[in-house]
Amino acid sequence: MTATGIGAPVRRKEDQRFVTGQGRYVDDFNRPGQTYAYFLRSPHAHATIRSIDTGPAKIMPGVVAIFTGDDLAADKIGGLICGWMIHSKDGSPMKAGPHPALAQGKVRYVGDHVAVVIAETLAQAKDAAEAIVVDYDVLPAVVDTAQATKASVQVHDVSPDNTVFNWHLGNKDETEAAFARAKHVTKIDLVNNRLVPNAIEPRAAVGEYDFGTDNYTLYTTSQNPHVARLVLSAFIGVAPEHKLRVIAPDVGGGFGSKIFIYAEETVCVWAAKKVKRPVKWTSDRSEAFLSDAHGRDHVTHAEMATDENGKIIGLRVHTTANLGAYLSTFSSSVPTYLYAPLLSGQYDIPAIYCEVDAVYTNTAPVDAYRGAGRPEATFVVERLVEKTARELGQDPAEFRRRNYITQFPHATPVIMTYDTGDYAASLDKALEIADYKNFQQRKQESARRGKLRGIGFSSYIEACGIAPSQAVGSLGAGVGLWESAEVRVNPTGSVEVLTGSHSHGQGHETTFAQLVSDRLGISIDQVSIVHGDTDKVQFGMGTYGSRSGAVGMSAIAKAIDKVIAKGKKVAAHVLEASEGDIEFKDGRFGVAGTDRSLAFGEVALQAYIAHKFSGQDLEPGLKEGAFYDPTNFTFPAGVHICEVEIDPDTGVTSIQRWTAVDDFGVIINPMIVEGQVHGGIAQGVGQALLEGAFYDQSGQLITASFNDYCMPRAIDLPSFQVGMTVTPCPSNPLGIKGCGEAGAIAAPPAVINAITDALGHEDIAMPATPQAVWRAAQKARMPMAAE
Amino acid sequence: MYAFEYHRPTSVKEAAGLIGQVEDPKFLAGGHTLLPTMKLRLAGPANLIDLGQIAELRGIERSGDTLAIGAMTKHAEVANAAEVKEAIPALAELAELIGDPHVRNRGTIGGSVANNDPSADYPAACLALNATIVTNRRKIAADDFFQGIFTTALEDGEIITQIVFPIPTQAAYAKFRNPASRYALVGVFVAKHADGVRVAVTGAGSNGVFRASEIEQALSGNFAAEALDGVTVSEAEMNSDIHADAAYRAHLVSVMAGRAVQTAVARG
Ligand SMILES: Cc1cc2nc3c(=O)[nH]c(=O)nc-3n(C[C@H](O)[C@H](O)[C@H](O)COP(=O)(O)OP(=O)(O)OC[C@H]3O[C@@H](n4cnc5c(N)ncnc54)[C@H](O)[C@@H]3O)c2cc1C
Repeated sequence: MTATGIGAPVRRKEDQRFVTGQGRYVDDFNRPGQTYAYFLRSPHAHATIRSIDTGPAKIMPGVVAIFTGDDLAADKIGGLICGWMIHSKDGSPMKAGPHPALAQGKVRYVGDHVAVVIAETLAQAKDAAEAIVVDYDVLPAVVDTAQATKASVQVHDVSPDNTVFNWHLGNKDETEAAFARAKHVTKIDLVNNRLVPNAIEPRAAVGEYDFGTDNYTLYTTSQNPHVARLVLSAFIGVAPEHKLRVIAPDVGGGFGSKIFIYAEETVCVWAAKKVKRPVKWTSDRSEAFLSDAHGRDHVTHAEMATDENGKIIGLRVHTTANLGAYLSTFSSSVPTYLYAPLLSGQYDIPAIYCEVDAVYTNTAPVDAYRGAGRPEATFVVERLVEKTARELGQDPAEFRRRNYITQFPHATPVIMTYDTGDYAASLDKALEIADYKNFQQRKQESARRGKLRGIGFSSYIEACGIAPSQAVGSLGAGVGLWESAEVRVNPTGSVEVLTGSHSHGQGHETTFAQLVSDRLGISIDQVSIVHGDTDKVQFGMGTYGSRSGAVGMSAIAKAIDKVIAKGKKVAAHVLEASEGDIEFKDGRFGVAGTDRSLAFGEVALQAYIAHKFSGQDLEPGLKEGAFYDPTNFTFPAGVHICEVEIDPDTGVTSIQRWTAVDDFGVIINPMIVEGQVHGGIAQGVGQALLEGAFYDQSGQLITASFNDYCMPRAIDLPSFQVGMTVTPCPSNPLGIKGCGEAGAIAAPPAVINAITDALGHEDIAMPATPQAVWRAAQKARMPMAAE
Repeated sequence: MYAFEYHRPTSVKEAAGLIGQVEDPKFLAGGHTLLPTMKLRLAGPANLIDLGQIAELRGIERSGDTLAIGAMTKHAEVANAAEVKEAIPALAELAELIGDPHVRNRGTIGGSVANNDPSADYPAACLALNATIVTNRRKIAADDFFQGIFTTALEDGEIITQIVFPIPTQAAYAKFRNPASRYALVGVFVAKHADGVRVAVTGAGSNGVFRASEIEQALSGNFAAEALDGVTVSEAEMNSDIHADAAYRAHLVSVMAGRAVQTAVARG
């Protein structure tokens, strides 16, 4: 291992730039002659547009142009797409309503795009937007997930009862049989609360068109610029793929919300050509609340069957998933293939059956948000496991241990084949760090102070490195899920890595360089990582689902292997040895059994000057590319233990201890991994205690600013005790599993299990706000008064 | 934000003089309420009169049994001033609980009192401490000043210059923060004066800051937390929103009052 190689807690190379304000985000790009776009958004959740009068607005100062849905239609610009086809139980395809970038005839949620004003300044664009007269025929709205199919309101013509699909997975008959012979059945009703992603950098786009070359450029806050280009060209049709350059520069957080291809960037590219000037749009925080794709929003009933030995023998789940007013880019995959296949958790459950009804409502579209489907699955499994253990009078840790999968590979009844893991090892370590054996003592000590203490477990599993392409293709994905890399060695021996992954907080400039450093024996300062520009990187699938380590770095590793192989050929010529005798070790190419060797940099130089070999039998240069398609998902897993103390007088929950023991396989940079764990837990605690997006019955978003939508703050979180166990992943060359979402997946059930433990009853929903907990604590004190 | 004319007077007289001269004027203090509303285009005054350069509006002064704080004094100045910590520590603690460091270093006591946000902290202190709101035209007792949500006795163009607080024998403020905004979901200021106990509640009332007579009565005989055992406040007048309904707010008023009394008594 070099000092900057795999496993070294190297400080992040990119942080110097970020913390000194040198980062360049989309909003920092200002193009000559730039104009500003402002979107007029619907104030109504559901309305027919009778007419739009832009006349008075068009003549206001500074206005360059105003466009509506009719203008896009006239230019044959297509609607936004959903890239994952789901079929219902009866085989029928999901019912996808039209999703125009600017409304055509109807608006379907508050924040829906009605028109765009393009002006010399943003203030002028806003002034003009106020002068646009829209005649709405306001319709009743449907917002409630559980009631959507029963409502008299119809969001899309294609779906009379607001159903997008009725999907299922697993084996119904076997599951029914398991329940029939069960000794005990535990039931639970759960709501997985809707969340607003709230990346610190709001979305933004700058569209530009060059009349000389007929080239379009889009600067956009994207987690996957190549996918954005593909969708914008092949499906929406704003520009041909080879004429469109998409640049996703520094991006300030995504959490999924920047995977998707939205109306705003579509309009900016298209309008740039129309107005013959660059068009810039930057979301403000209020727009972000209304129009970034939200996360979660499930209503679930689930049941777990156990036998006389306390073994889980069956699980059945019914979920209604709210997808909002339109199908966002990957929305349909989240409550289906990213959800139900995780319902086996870490447990050996022979029979599982899950039904998912996806519905339309007059709310913002819902799509992937940190964890995407897996937090929802983990919440179901871990709440249910905890409740089962309590009903059976068993220790929740031991009940889990008894049901853990111990033999690998393990095929679950819901598609997945877990490759490796050691769940008991993580549990043991977590129990140790959490000082579980002295919990009762701490609980009594709290009781003496009038406080309720509780402990909650979450023994989660997730599937990361979303892939392989063949598998996801058979499940309805519109894209392949491999990754690409190109390793360019310069004559001086420095290296540029072009990757299809995209960093928006993950620290790729450091971790990817560590891999190169490790493999080629050069310092990370000799390596630069190039990403986020479709003119530089040929193609890539981007970053989400904790895939950049397992898939993106594996592609780099594969390309590095090719570089080393080519380097051996070069070295053989220079050292006048046979290629088979060349070894590459510690950054040097040497002839086996001799002291003759060349440093990596010397071989690089020889490759480019090509003096020592004929360019006929060996090509000059040292540059290799690779596409890597994994053989399986990866399965990070671990145990989180949360200990809370509740003040029954106020309902305030304070997290006293947090233990996280995760198995992420091989770790490239433990410091960055810990950071990912911390951030993930903070987000999960946010969901459990603080965050919730709420619409009123008319479809107005009540939690539309930080005044009402509560984000976690440092004071809401304890100091985390983070431990690791390692079972290397056999499905990729680096043994990496992925760590980006684990905290957000593990945390919510750990918190709620701790609160319900403290309260002594199960009746608390997320977010467990002080008011909710106070009320639940009242009920715990006075069981007779409970309704 | 809509366009506006910006004025920066250097005396109260000059500021008052602009009133009547310019159209649709608005005073700007710390701007931490006014500017966000203007950015959201919910307010669009044609003329902004910035009070920031008026030296006579700043400063903290103790004279005898009262503490006078200039309207443009920032929350952080009140929180950190030795005079305040010594005379009315509860007031310094209250200021320290407002918002975050940015807010405390911009927001002013005059702006907060003039605004009378139903969840703001200072109105509770003014009412419980029986403060006098001094303006460029008159002196107004706190009991007469706060007249409901965002409503005060101030006339158009009237400028708060000072708030004068009588120094109590014992006092404390207990705040239950709104989890999201960190304003008061319920804030209770208890103050024991030579002539009786005053208790003011912010955040909870549907009509803004108010005095809790049940609690005042219970404490006037015995200024101790036990005196509040079993004392409840009616939920009829309580505010209700997604963070807290009326019943929970009413409950928190009793709890926070008890905690405030405990702190006040412990301080001696
Ligand atoms: C993020 C955030 C968190 C906050 N948290 C809290 C909190 O926890 N508790 C709390 O109490 N407050 C909180 N505030 C409000 C803050 O305390 C503000 O400072 C206060 O609301 C207004 O004071 P200002 O000096 O900023 O006034 P401005 O915003 O400048 O003015 C407010 C209003 O008062 C008028 N005005 C100002 N000064 C005078 C004067 N001398 N005479 C007459 N009229 C005047 C103005 O014309 C305007 O109408 C918060 C604010 C923010 C932005």
